Amino acid sequence: MKAHIHITLKDGVLDPQGKAIQQSLVGLGFDTLENLRQGKYIEIELSDLDSATAHTKVAEMCEKLLANTVIENYEIKII
Amino acid sequence: MTAAVIVFPGSNCDRDVAVVLKSVTGKTPEMIWHQENTLPKCDLIVIPGGFSYGDYLRSGAMAAHSPIMKTIVKQARSGVPVLGICNGFQILTETGLLPGVLMRNSSLRFVCKDINIRVEKTNTVFSKGYIKEEILRIPIAHHEGNYFADEYTLKQLEDGSQIAFRYCDSKGDITQSSNPNGSVNNIAGIFNSNGNILGMMPHPERLADSYLGGTDGLPMFTALAEAISR
Repeated sequence: MKAHIHITLKDGVLDPQGKAIQQSLVGLGFDTLENLRQGKYIEIELSDLDSATAHTKVAEMCEKLLANTVIENYEIKII
Repeated sequence: MTAAVIVFPGSNCDRDVAVVLKSVTGKTPEMIWHQENTLPKCDLIVIPGGFSYGDYLRSGAMAAHSPIMKTIVKQARSGVPVLGICNGFQILTETGLLPGVLMRNSSLRFVCKDINIRVEKTNTVFSKGYIKEEILRIPIAHHEGNYFADEYTLKQLEDGSQIAFRYCDSKGDITQSSNPNGSVNNIAGIFNSNGNILGMMPHPERLADSYLGGTDGLPMFTALAEAISR
């Protein structure tokens, strides 16, 4: 069982790295870019067979370590 | 005063802190490896600067879960003074012992230079050696020093007089141009509500000997030594 986790900054949190990446893309000619925000992607392989249990465990991992919930959101997809 | 300095894989300011503590107390502090489960009885715990765990995932995120941190959280909650410098401040926010978070500098640059900070609160064991609104010239060296807290938390910090230091210009004015990293309200360091935990981004241990170019950081350590050995 695999978990795909997207960790992104909460709305309203400044993302200067996203801004810098956006500016680079605009410099490359992608001038219709309105906004860009960047985050992290984590892939975990679990031995749990039940997807509900896997989801709960991964959510716990996010709450405890993988995301800083002061400034980050996380989204989990169990495959 | 018996002090413990915590060492994580990647800490690099542990020995600088030990040198200052030895010179101020006459006693070599205990250097505690992060995998230890217990702390010796100590009057002060210092979480030093550096790059614990290579700053992987987030600065201080994994160090906050090192075995030794369980004991430190317990001791901090019982009132033992805890000083977190730079990476130490990041670790303290990741454990929840201090509120808020240290984010990537708004300039995106690693900033390594001397800056000015204004002392905001002097009635704590850490800052009683300073005068209120005293201006210190002190080095910073960090990539993730941009202090952020939500509106509610920020109001609690300000109303509760928990701000320890603010970035300022040489006259003591709190200005945008004197803010090296984008920290909200120019916050350079904060106390917990009890005043026994201090987290700060600047490095007082790097300016505690005239050989290093100044002693602005020394009053913090002498105040600690005096307050704690009583």
